[in-house]
Amino acid sequence: MCLAIPALIKLIEDKEAEAEIGGITRRISLWLTPEAKVGDYVLVHTGYAINILDEEEAKETLRLLLEMAELAEEQS
Amino acid sequence: MRFIQEFRSSELAKGLISRIHQKSKTQARFMEFCGGHTVTIFRYGIRQVLPKTLEMLSGPGCPVCVTANVDLDKAIALAQIPDVIITTFGDMLKVPGSHSSLQEVNASGADIRMVYSTMDALNLAEENPTKSVVFIGIGFETTAPIIAASILQAEERRIRNYYILSMHKLCPPVIRAILESGEVKLHGLICPGHVSAIIGSHPWEFIARDYGISCVISGFEPIDVLQCVDMLVAQIESGQSKVEIAYRRGVHPEGNQQALKLMKQVFEPCPAQWRGIGEVPDSSLKLKKEYQHFDAELAFDIDPGPTYEPVGCICGDILRGVKTPLDCSLFGKDCTPQYPIGPCMVSSEGSCSAYYLYGEGFEG
Repeated sequence: MCLAIPALIKLIEDKEAEAEIGGITRRISLWLTPEAKVGDYVLVHTGYAINILDEEEAKETLRLLLEMAELAEEQS
Repeated sequence: MRFIQEFRSSELAKGLISRIHQKSKTQARFMEFCGGHTVTIFRYGIRQVLPKTLEMLSGPGCPVCVTANVDLDKAIALAQIPDVIITTFGDMLKVPGSHSSLQEVNASGADIRMVYSTMDALNLAEENPTKSVVFIGIGFETTAPIIAASILQAEERRIRNYYILSMHKLCPPVIRAILESGEVKLHGLICPGHVSAIIGSHPWEFIARDYGISCVISGFEPIDVLQCVDMLVAQIESGQSKVEIAYRRGVHPEGNQQALKLMKQVFEPCPAQWRGIGEVPDSSLKLKKEYQHFDAELAFDIDPGPTYEPVGCICGDILRGVKTPLDCSLFGKDCTPQYPIGPCMVSSEGSCSAYYLYGEGFEG
């Protein structure tokens, strides 16, 4: 029910945007994320962007997890 | 960065699983609040790869499942009023109320449309000026700001025949109600990622502070959930209880301020009936006075008749984490996804549906 999917914003027109979700272009609403820009990934829930995804945080999370995975492998 | 495949990496999963096995010494019980997490946990077999020290429970985080029959019956009665078009998300159609379901009244002639978004419902209202279009407003804090936005959009576009039936539910109050009942002893809570994308991390702090339960906000990919479990284990093993965010790419501690602003502009808290849990104060949202002309309950004379609960169904106990679907005598026999009796079998995020689809071989 609270499913939200990452979508890439391609074009913004007023409070709406064209966004690519898994290769399909959909019209989404930016009422909840007025600061979203073209090129941002947003989380889309029932046609509305509910947040802008933070790419730097995502990369940092993956970097830390990879380090942990390597360390766990050494210890096991 | 596509934000999906990266978080399904088997290499990272192996690392996290072996780390959890190395670290987890204390027996602990974790609840995933959200039905979306239940689906991830079952689909990827996460329960089976965790150490025996960890017990996982599913919580009440499925809006369809926790909607009480008294509210379902209102939606079904509303659908039978002439010139009303009901718009709803798909999951609601098959849920049995006391006497029938939306799907059944649809087959008897009621006009019910499954929509992907409130944007579709608004367009439908604009295209059908002689009809009344009612959106069934179910969902948690993730969805409520969207319904609020739809009301403001209706005002902006001067759409006068759009209404909502507000059956929203708020998550932190129901967690408090479950913990206050003392029925379930929890050590860790997997907090819902997309509810938290809206409300932030602060509204969960009372759980760590008042009940000593470790809390971690998780995303919905398998790596997210394993990372969350790893962080919960780290808190348990170091004797800590605090709120942490594992889903940092999607959740800011302060939440989405614009969404919260719209929600507060349009709605105010009110009590709600939760299936299996009963009335919980301040756990729902009703329209504020200045937006009451959008309220379907005030605009129409709804007569749902007496409410009945399905005999033998234990969805209520399952939603509180007191029982599992395997404890239900109807599960998999009289109650299946094709012919569901209780809502937890209807919703794709319900515990019974997850057990039925993915639970084979699972040891209670």
